[in-house]
Amino acid sequence: MKKLLLIVLPLLLSVAAVASGTIEGEIEKQPLNVSAIIMFLLFVSGTLGITYWAAKRTKTAKDFYTAGGGITGLQNGMAIAGDYMSAASFLGISGLVYLAGYDGLIYSIGFLVGWPVILFLISERLRNLGKYTFADVAAYRLKQAPIRTLAAFGSIATVILYLIAQMVGAGKLIQLLFGLPYELAVVLVGALMILYVTFGGMLATTWVQIIKAILLLSGATFMAFAVLSHFGFSIEAMFEAAVKVHPKHEAIMAPGGLVSDPISAISLGIALMFGTAGLPHILMRFFTVADAKEARKSVFYATGFIGYFYILTFIIGFGAIIMVLNNPEYLDLAKQAISGGSPILGGKNMAAIHLSHAVGGNFFLGFISAVAFATILAVVSGLTLAGASAISHDLYANVFNKHGEVDEAKEMKVSKIATVVLGIVTIFLGIAFEQQNIAFVVGLAFAIAASANFPVLFLSMFWSKLTTRGAVIGGSLGLATAILLVILGPIVWVQIFGNETAIFPYKYPALFSVTVAFVGIWFFSITDNSDTAKAEREAFEAQDIRSQTGIGAEGASEH
Amino acid sequence: MTKEQVEQVKNNPKYQKLVTERSKFAWTLSIIMLVMYYAFIMVIAFDPSLFGTKIGDGVMTVGIPVGIAIIFISFILAGIYVKRANGEFDQLTKEVREELGDIA
Repeated sequence: MKKLLLIVLPLLLSVAAVASGTIEGEIEKQPLNVSAIIMFLLFVSGTLGITYWAAKRTKTAKDFYTAGGGITGLQNGMAIAGDYMSAASFLGISGLVYLAGYDGLIYSIGFLVGWPVILFLISERLRNLGKYTFADVAAYRLKQAPIRTLAAFGSIATVILYLIAQMVGAGKLIQLLFGLPYELAVVLVGALMILYVTFGGMLATTWVQIIKAILLLSGATFMAFAVLSHFGFSIEAMFEAAVKVHPKHEAIMAPGGLVSDPISAISLGIALMFGTAGLPHILMRFFTVADAKEARKSVFYATGFIGYFYILTFIIGFGAIIMVLNNPEYLDLAKQAISGGSPILGGKNMAAIHLSHAVGGNFFLGFISAVAFATILAVVSGLTLAGASAISHDLYANVFNKHGEVDEAKEMKVSKIATVVLGIVTIFLGIAFEQQNIAFVVGLAFAIAASANFPVLFLSMFWSKLTTRGAVIGGSLGLATAILLVILGPIVWVQIFGNETAIFPYKYPALFSVTVAFVGIWFFSITDNSDTAKAEREAFEAQDIRSQTGIGAEGASEH
Repeated sequence: MTKEQVEQVKNNPKYQKLVTERSKFAWTLSIIMLVMYYAFIMVIAFDPSLFGTKIGDGVMTVGIPVGIAIIFISFILAGIYVKRANGEFDQLTKEVREELGDIA
């Protein structure tokens, strides 16, 4: 292990150095960004050091999946924030504010409001019932094999879709920021994430996420502070200046065209709120703390950090309107010659990056670029660990290996192999999807999480009449409906397949697919009169007592 | 846990108090969140110009403080829940477990 890290670390450093020499002269890439590369290498060596430290402390399966259950509420809250604040939300939301003003805030709020509800209804029950994955909870009193298969399928689908989106984003972002070739960027991200997860498990992943959250929050705070100080800390003056220069003028201060009809609005709201509560890598974080008390604290801190972060991105977006828009330094002249207007280099998602240059020069641009890269690494590591756990803990240990005792060492080995395989698959998918329109991918991930994972998990904790048959049929129907409606919807059917009109008119299927899942689970549970169904209903009370009091719950490991 | 033990826990008055009060509290706060968020979404869906109404003489609109307030309220409600759950409810849970002795 030690040897391998000693070999790999300089290797990674030299790969980056060699690659950096080969990119000069390409038009779409930024010139080589030396300060960004230096800061990124500092982050990588620091986190690999942490991985080395974590590897020595990761001996049992419990260490690997949950860092031994000894993470504190504050640490876990930071790690949840680090898991959730992706580069897409940092660059994407500030870019949306830059482009459309108020509409960016609508997205931010949707991403935030799920958190308090997770706290009130889910977090402590999840902690009291589960061990390593959310399938532990869903399958608590139901049949292990079918429920875990469904949960693993939902988890792996969510994880892979999310990973594709992160990888394609990472490749393009790094190409732009660092001047590295797309494929190399994808391989670099994939290789680092495999290293963090296989050697350092949940402990290393957690610390990568905590460090990333601190870096991202400090960078964003500095930018927002710089913008506000430019206007003598008068919000009113900032908005006035933005309204004056933005081509949409006063329209940026009110909702625009983002959510056009009531059905889409509600459907988006359901996808964001319930999807958050069905993301396997987020749910898994609740098992890293010692008890329900720490689980609650985690969500409280996470809500605070995430909310604060979204307020910052709003200010950053407005700052970009004032300092980046119309600034000839950031203007994409080639694009302007074709389409007019004032397009910025790299598109709207680069607004925050250009702003970092406007307020802090090359050095700070390097810092924010390195933070964006670190952000991607932290998110993909959490995703990979969740995907690998679904394979090793749910499928291998509880479905395929249901006869006889599960050897813990073997289960861990399987999950490490699964991590490496997932990492390699992700690298290939990242490269394969480079030229594809991936706008639907994150939406589909959220739709699957909301329609397959969330209803089964939620009803397993709250509804005594749930049976295996109901959960499997209803959950599968929700999953199938979500996938089908995304395919028939405007993004895939019209934009990708090139058809005239969409068969399903809405971009977000969650309102329909979540309803299908809940109705399906309800119907196929109440009509289930088998003996196992009866036993499953009777087992609810004992489960409920454990979920309410923590009697019999998994504690932290002793060392 | 045997059937008798389940009955014993269910009949414990402190357990009953814990479950009833915590459920009521958690669901009340959840409903506040849901109503607040979906009211926000409904205004955007049906009457977006309402959020475009100006406050004062400048460019500030109603929608901006409302949006920021939702973020703050989410955090405050989370804090209120954690304070009561980690104090009162955890104390009650501890007492329940002490009374149950062997089972817990």
